[in-house]
Amino acid sequence: MEHTQDILANIRRRKLWDFAFAFVGLMSLLFALVTLLTLIVDLSITGVPRIQADFFTSFPSRFAEKAGILSAWVGSFCIMLTTACCAIPLGVAAGVYLEEYAKKNWISQIIELNIINLAGIPSITYGLMALGLFVYKLKLGQSILTAGLTLGLLVLPIIIVTTREAIRAIPSTIREASYAMGASKWQTIRYHILPYSSGGILTGVIISLSRAIGETAPLITIGALTFIAFLPTSPLEGQFPYLNLKWLMDPFTVMPIQMFNWLSRPQPEFHVNAAATGVVLLVMTLIMNGGAIYLRSRFRKKMKW
Amino acid sequence: MVEMMELKLRAEVKNLLFSYGDKKVLNGVTLPVHENRVTALIGPSGCGKTTLLRCFNRMHDLYANAQYQGEILLYPDKRNILGKEIDPMEVRMRIGMVFQKPNPFPKSIYENVAYGLKVRGVKKKSFIEERVEKSLQQASLWNEVKDRLHSSATALSGGQQQRLCIARALATEPEILLLDEPTSALDPISTRHIEELIQELRKDVTISIVTHSLHQAARVSDFTAFMYLGDLIEFGASDQIFTNPKDQRTENYITGRFG
Repeated sequence: MEHTQDILANIRRRKLWDFAFAFVGLMSLLFALVTLLTLIVDLSITGVPRIQADFFTSFPSRFAEKAGILSAWVGSFCIMLTTACCAIPLGVAAGVYLEEYAKKNWISQIIELNIINLAGIPSITYGLMALGLFVYKLKLGQSILTAGLTLGLLVLPIIIVTTREAIRAIPSTIREASYAMGASKWQTIRYHILPYSSGGILTGVIISLSRAIGETAPLITIGALTFIAFLPTSPLEGQFPYLNLKWLMDPFTVMPIQMFNWLSRPQPEFHVNAAATGVVLLVMTLIMNGGAIYLRSRFRKKMKW
Repeated sequence: MVEMMELKLRAEVKNLLFSYGDKKVLNGVTLPVHENRVTALIGPSGCGKTTLLRCFNRMHDLYANAQYQGEILLYPDKRNILGKEIDPMEVRMRIGMVFQKPNPFPKSIYENVAYGLKVRGVKKKSFIEERVEKSLQQASLWNEVKDRLHSSATALSGGQQQRLCIARALATEPEILLLDEPTSALDPISTRHIEELIQELRKDVTISIVTHSLHQAARVSDFTAFMYLGDLIEFGASDQIFTNPKDQRTENYITGRFG
């Protein structure tokens, strides 16, 4: 009888710690959530009424109520496209090489460590590097191409790391099965490694692009304009070959820079525009991240080992 | 049961040494593999039987710090498939392997079986279709899957998956088929299926099987090699090994005194 009482007292004592930790954990979570929620609600209350069709189809203007983000979202879109085109092939190829071809020794370990370090470098450093290399050395100008390449470099480590993680999630038994059938390295990569890791790679690409779309500092460093009342050259043209890449060399602005520009003005009407741009950026980031989560769960369901 | 006169060698392991980093796994194994016979490798965990089997199709080349010396001669031309000048791809094209855990590709049943032909560059569709059917029949899986060749292989049961892996290996008509504990992840009924299959297949292909189950070795194999701590202790006709072992350690193992 007394023994049972001891056991129950012992359990009560230990359960108290369970409860204490659950409480602390919940409070920490709420702190993060409430902060985020306040930000979103505050931004939305100010910004959402300003979001109408003409906000997307107007250039910036001296008059706050006529100003829109046409040049900014087109610029953001063009730069994301350039970033994706240069960062995806480079990042995926580098990740596949490191996982499947490179010998595992101290050199590859140093490379691995430095790729992770690269992901943590302040983005303005990339901007300074790009100013020296792309703008002055390679004379690419303060163009969409320069911006795309800069952001491409910025997100490259993220793509490499997620590619490697996605490849590592493939069980070695699958790799062995392929090699045991007499397949070459490239056939194993082409028929198995890339298809089975594409979900993870895609997730990494989307997350890296959602980071790139909000970057401001490196683009200011390479000389993005803050007031642009024209669009890049159309990629379509009337005569052969009907497509051109002249737009790559055009000056640009992007949404976060437009937002920054409006915020630095003294008139409060412009601040409303800034909040609206913030909402647009936020929604886009949420959509991209949501898409990434959806893709990941879809691929996980499809891939059973 | 087995008449020694009609036996032909299919392969021969000669003084094979293997180490994983500093850890020695095989200390000089010599072993014959007879044509159209089933050779079982038995022994307690860590004796090196799976390591030996994986040497036959150079699986160890996929991993750094595996070192080996010695020869495995593939008859009739006595080509040393462990030679540095031999491309592992050649060895794997000639010697098929089925693994411990069924490992079908997350693709369709058809794609799984056709994979070996695909990587060899075979394009003729009628030939591939014919070979897929033949291999699935050899693996006694055809009747179960003929109506859903294009559905996913991972939806099959464990036993069916393993027979699919056998069909996949058979589709390229390997000279030797390696089976690495092919039933250890399966239920008793599927196990019996696979064992009957092995009996059937020995007509067409030379088989080498690693197994944890002594009963299985006694049921399916013509020859048995008992290994212990990286050494081949005894090799002989399975009847003899299981009824009248010559070495004390073999006797202790098969009577269940250790392992």
